[in-house]
Amino acid sequence: MNHDGRTSVSFEDVSKSFGAKKILSDVSFQVAAGEALCILGRSGTGKSVTLKLLIALLRPDAGKIWIEQDEITNLRSEDLSRVRRKMGFLFQDAALFDSITVYENLALPLARLTDKSQNEIDFMVDKVLRQVGLAADKKTMPSELSGGMRKRAGLARALVLEPKILLADEPSSGLDRITASEIDELLLQQKTERQTTLIVVTHDVHGARRVGDRFAVFDKGQLVSHGTAAEVEHSDNRTARELISIPC
Amino acid sequence: MTKVLEFVGKVTRFGFRVIRDLFRPPFEGAQLARQLAEIGSQSVPLIAASGFALGAVMTLHTRSTLITFGAEAEIPTVQSLAFFVEIGPLVAGLLLAGRVGSGIGAVLANMRVTEQIDGIESLSVDSFKFLVVPRVVACVIALPLLTLFMDFSGLLAGFVAEYASSHISFHLYITRAFASVDWANFIPPTLKTAVFGFIIGTVSAYFGYTINEGAQGVGKAATNSVVLSSLLLIVSDVVLVKCIAFAFPGAAL
Repeated sequence: MNHDGRTSVSFEDVSKSFGAKKILSDVSFQVAAGEALCILGRSGTGKSVTLKLLIALLRPDAGKIWIEQDEITNLRSEDLSRVRRKMGFLFQDAALFDSITVYENLALPLARLTDKSQNEIDFMVDKVLRQVGLAADKKTMPSELSGGMRKRAGLARALVLEPKILLADEPSSGLDRITASEIDELLLQQKTERQTTLIVVTHDVHGARRVGDRFAVFDKGQLVSHGTAAEVEHSDNRTARELISIPC
Repeated sequence: MTKVLEFVGKVTRFGFRVIRDLFRPPFEGAQLARQLAEIGSQSVPLIAASGFALGAVMTLHTRSTLITFGAEAEIPTVQSLAFFVEIGPLVAGLLLAGRVGSGIGAVLANMRVTEQIDGIESLSVDSFKFLVVPRVVACVIALPLLTLFMDFSGLLAGFVAEYASSHISFHLYITRAFASVDWANFIPPTLKTAVFGFIIGTVSAYFGYTINEGAQGVGKAATNSVVLSSLLLIVSDVVLVKCIAFAFPGAAL
């Protein structure tokens, strides 16, 4: 498999089980740098597990995972830390550290992983919070934020280290159509303005079609279709065709 | 039996990891200060009030017995030795296991369930060093200090109870209280609570950090933290008392 500068993420025959339950079975796909891949599938088909494998929160039972030039499945923690810095992760429920403010959530990785001065950290945090429309809420505790605001704060935290690859786990879940659209717009902005590679797990076909360049459809732990929207629409797999089609 | 041994092995390995990571940079000074305030300062009212109540009750109970034997003058000595050698360290440890152990277990379990720990890891921050080590170290530092609060609150309450009965002067009470107290009765029993703190912190953090259940597991982690850390604390007390008696023969009463 080619791991040149154009391949950002590569999954090679990856399998993962939890106990006797097989979650992923020999899954392979590649994502080019600057491309947006949307992963679709029914609940419990291994989409979120795929994202966690990509950032090494989980280890695969078999197969290899490449992030740019690094094969991450057997990396030592120091090297893993270096690879993770290339990635940002927007969790489904934002996963903000709830005992500190929004500002502190964003400043934490900057203070620990960069040698930026306090002024530079303040500037970066303000810039990212402005980008997601939360400039006025930096002193707010995560528990005081609404669902949409939490999601935007989570996105801000994922973006604060200016990652090359952004992973988003159901960015629009639990949000109204307008707020979900705003989140999609922010993701799109990252792709077009910063050429960030996006891998988005979603159930929202409208959002997926708006953000995604390519689509991967999972069913029962297997990748059943992979390609552009048109290719998936004409896939042999019925689940893939149903999932990519826009509901009336 | 295999499961029990497996569990003991896991907790022990968790404890060794705490010790190893404690000496590995980056050092989490800010987190430690935050935890010391939460675990230490916020436990002072509970410890002081409990020590005071316990001290008063103990004097009321021992008074009638010692009067029977004409040993009324020994009340301050009995009070101070009982508190410094055993009651202070053990009760402070058990109270901290209840207040802090359940808190550590529940907070870490909740962070695991809500993916906050994954969130920290995804930012290239070592969640074990960031969340577990400062909590365990804070327990180790705080418990000996809280034990002192317990000891002196008990002694103060003993004086108040005794003053109410015999109008003994404070100076005389303190002189009698410390007449038979040796450093060996005071320093080793107080320092042994650092071991209690390590047990409480490690066991509670283990249950919270390693939880793999949903919301139901949060309550379970809190309960298990209190039950096991209290039990281990009492068992380790037996061992530590023997060790102290062996190392400091003068400390044995």
